[in-house]
Amino acid sequence: MGILEVKGVGKRFGGLQALSDVNLSVAEHSVHAIIGPNGAGKSTLLNVFVGKLIPDTGSVMFNGQSVLGRKPHEINQMGISRVFQTPEIFGDLTVMENVMISCFAKRDGAFRLHAFRTVAHEADIVEHAEQVLEDVNMLDKRNMHAASMSRGDKRRLEMAMCLSQDPQLLLLDEPTAGMARADTNNTIALLKEINQKRDITMVIIEHDMHVVFSLADRITVLAQGTPLVEDTPERIKGHPKVKEAYLGESA
Amino acid sequence: MRLLGLSRKDTRFLLIVIFLTMATPILLQPFPEGSGLATFNAGYPDLMQRFAIFGIFAIGFNILFGLTGYLSFGHAAFLGVGSYTVVWMYKLLDYNVVYGLPLAVAVSAVFAVVIGYVSLRRSGIYFSILTLAFAQMSYNLAYSVLTPLTNGETGLQVYGNDPQVLLGATEANSPHFFGWVMNDNFWEPVIGGWKFTFNNGYYFTAIIAIIAFYVSLRIFRSPFGLMLRAIKTNQTRLNYTGINTRPYTLAAFVISGMYAGLAGGLMAAMDPLAGAERMQWTASGEVVLMTILGGAGTLMGPILGAGFIKYFENIFSKINDSVLHGWFGFLPDGLEDFLIGVSHFFVGKSWHLTLGLLFMLVVVFLPGGLVEGGQRIAAMFRKKSGGKDDAAHQPKPAPHVAE
Amino acid sequence: MDAIILQILNGLDKGSAYALIALGLTLIFGTLGVVNFAHGALFMIGAFVAVSLQRLFGMSFEQIDETKTDFLGNPLKVNVPYVDSWFGPDVGEWLIDWSVPLAILVAIPVMLLVGFVMERGLIKHFYKRPHADQILVTFGLAIVLQELIKYFFGANPIQTGAPDAFTGSFDFGRLIGFDPNVIIYPYWRLVYFAFAAVVIGAVFSFLRFTTFGMVVRAGMADRETVELLGINIDRRFTIMFGIAAAVAGIAGVMYTPILAPNYHMGMDFLVLSFVVVVVGGMGSLPGAVAAGFLLGILQSFASMNEIKAIVPGIDQVIIYLVAIIILLTRPRGLLGRAGVMED
Repeated sequence: MGILEVKGVGKRFGGLQALSDVNLSVAEHSVHAIIGPNGAGKSTLLNVFVGKLIPDTGSVMFNGQSVLGRKPHEINQMGISRVFQTPEIFGDLTVMENVMISCFAKRDGAFRLHAFRTVAHEADIVEHAEQVLEDVNMLDKRNMHAASMSRGDKRRLEMAMCLSQDPQLLLLDEPTAGMARADTNNTIALLKEINQKRDITMVIIEHDMHVVFSLADRITVLAQGTPLVEDTPERIKGHPKVKEAYLGESA
Repeated sequence: MRLLGLSRKDTRFLLIVIFLTMATPILLQPFPEGSGLATFNAGYPDLMQRFAIFGIFAIGFNILFGLTGYLSFGHAAFLGVGSYTVVWMYKLLDYNVVYGLPLAVAVSAVFAVVIGYVSLRRSGIYFSILTLAFAQMSYNLAYSVLTPLTNGETGLQVYGNDPQVLLGATEANSPHFFGWVMNDNFWEPVIGGWKFTFNNGYYFTAIIAIIAFYVSLRIFRSPFGLMLRAIKTNQTRLNYTGINTRPYTLAAFVISGMYAGLAGGLMAAMDPLAGAERMQWTASGEVVLMTILGGAGTLMGPILGAGFIKYFENIFSKINDSVLHGWFGFLPDGLEDFLIGVSHFFVGKSWHLTLGLLFMLVVVFLPGGLVEGGQRIAAMFRKKSGGKDDAAHQPKPAPHVAE
Repeated sequence: MDAIILQILNGLDKGSAYALIALGLTLIFGTLGVVNFAHGALFMIGAFVAVSLQRLFGMSFEQIDETKTDFLGNPLKVNVPYVDSWFGPDVGEWLIDWSVPLAILVAIPVMLLVGFVMERGLIKHFYKRPHADQILVTFGLAIVLQELIKYFFGANPIQTGAPDAFTGSFDFGRLIGFDPNVIIYPYWRLVYFAFAAVVIGAVFSFLRFTTFGMVVRAGMADRETVELLGINIDRRFTIMFGIAAAVAGIAGVMYTPILAPNYHMGMDFLVLSFVVVVVGGMGSLPGAVAAGFLLGILQSFASMNEIKAIVPGIDQVIIYLVAIIILLTRPRGLLGRAGVMED
């Protein structure tokens, strides 16, 4: 029984069958990659996981609870965090404030009217946020405006915000898109560490095969909205069906 | 020094505000009576009361617009509701404002919950139009079918045959706070050529304004305030971070509505009248102007904006031909007439033209309002004195961010 | 039945004005992405162009008329309009009488110029700024324009008559088989409706059938792509702004006999037109027109005594109520596109 169980999910947009009969089981503690050619339905699937889209058929269970029909903030409170393709951060706020917000969300839930407390006096939050920033090597940037940072730093900040909530499942949408090789390797190292040290399960959507093969424990190949194969990286590499559908094109 | 759980910097802010409000009767009376510049004096009760009241209105509006970025064009509705509530309490009970003011805040909170709940289902300009629609509905209804409640065009006021069940035999026949009559002045010293007026009503509103400022200061520094600023920056991220934004925006809307209700109540506390025109959308527009002009999202901005607009409204509309002749009289006739002709565009009844121009200039050149202007000037001086912390090398703060 | 027809007719002229203003507003929004709070002021300027022209034609000098005498037997002094003395009394009187429709000819170039100056001088700098800033700066401009008009024309409404030929009413009811004097409709309102229909038709066909219009429509749909094609979209958008200003202006010119122009008419119509645009769907031209007529007609229905007896005060709030309901049930308005102005 996996932490995330997807059964028979289908989604139609007008005349386009974006997803059909998707079955997927993500084992706890693993890194599960979803790959596939453009338009295979990877992003649609991710949007189903986070509550942005409701599928026409099927079920998505997280820890035995359905995520369908729940709002994004409810799904986050269940223990699923998401990293976007282009980093979504609070650009007008400082790095520290960014992380503190996610710490507050973890501690106080979806809404709490703390109008008469003072952020600076919330010792546990401050301490926690500083710890997380230290973990991702950003403590020296704590007072910077988030919007003024480089794209790589923004990505790291977004990752830090997710980590501060200690999620059970981390969803990553092309975490290395548009990155230079060095940055990509740093990100891979960071993600590996997150997975191993913190024991966070990850679902990762990625185009870069280098990233996929250095991180993933299992890989699902999606083509035209349906999973083609699901297997370990070694066996995916040589799989004829995959070559035909996906790798074959680029090879 | 730290006060009331504030940081050193915020304590300084609070002390500045306390000083400014307490010393207003002196600060705004810089010119001796009868001198040519006495026109610029503003230290009389009626105007000072308006400074404090509109300050409260703008401080509250800033909690919604400045922090969350939701631009309401309907906050005047709460102003009107507050005024009507207070006048009704005069009519039913007596002239002590102690009943009306808390009730004004409560009633406007109820209105704000309803209007906010519906309007906040949309964002952006749709939100603005929804709030505008609600306020215009209130305004139109107050003029027409709600006449039994609002007394229509005449405006709500106290009549001799009103119940006023609590009215004592010796009680003042105008608004008061346990006998502290708003219209009275408790001290009117004449020092040299200067005349100062210390008015009960002004100090009453001033103390409330200080409390209102303190509350907003706490909100700005609170986790709640941080969430509101996050809403303005990136609602998507906030949702995916596990925050339900709707109750936060609603809370901000209701709080700012309560501030507006309080301001409306205080208007009726200074002058026991309430009229529907207080709810018109131009009144909502005015508080938007104040907040932007001062600097939306900044602590001091709304206060500066409210003071600035109310001061110039008063002074500019007071300047008439004889005042202009007094100023330009020393010039040759042709030039004098020309200057007076040009000035006509901007003063007296045309004051709004000046306001509109000024407002455009601020939006075009100084999006952060007067506060940003002040910061730029301060940064220039720092540079000239060759101070160590070179402002130009710090990351430039984005406009509309609290400071 | 007759009451319904009467209310529909009554709603048409107001609906026409809403539709014309809203059309320009949504055109500016759709092309330039700018929320123009000064658009009502353009309507007002148009109205005052008509006022000015009527005054200009009416300018007169004193002349001694030898043929008439006053009660003391002295020759009578009469005021003779300059136009009478220049073109002869026939043409002169005709000019004065027809000054409102003639003002359209003046208003078009004036409004185009105003539009160009506004766009190049101010609006252009706000393309990339947040919508709130656009609202605020155009709001400031609206105040300035309003105060200028107030300064030059005073605070009181100025009666501006329609040509004599159109001053009366006609019995519309008899025309379609009702009893006489049941459905009476002023001629000028019918003229206004026809005029609005022509203008709306002209704008639509201009956008539909000319290359210029095609580019503009493409730009409305996807600005970047059009720019990639190497088409100078900016200049076309400037012209579009001028056209929108001209439409609002001539709408104002023709409205003067229905509502005596005053300095705050711009703001009054702006608020309602904005509601119209939002109800129709931001950026949708047919939506703006449909919503304009819909709200105009609903408003005149709501002011029927029979309806007011059932729901007191409904005439005061109907437009806003409909706007609220539509915005809540159809987030993008009647015919709006997805994703417009939602952040």
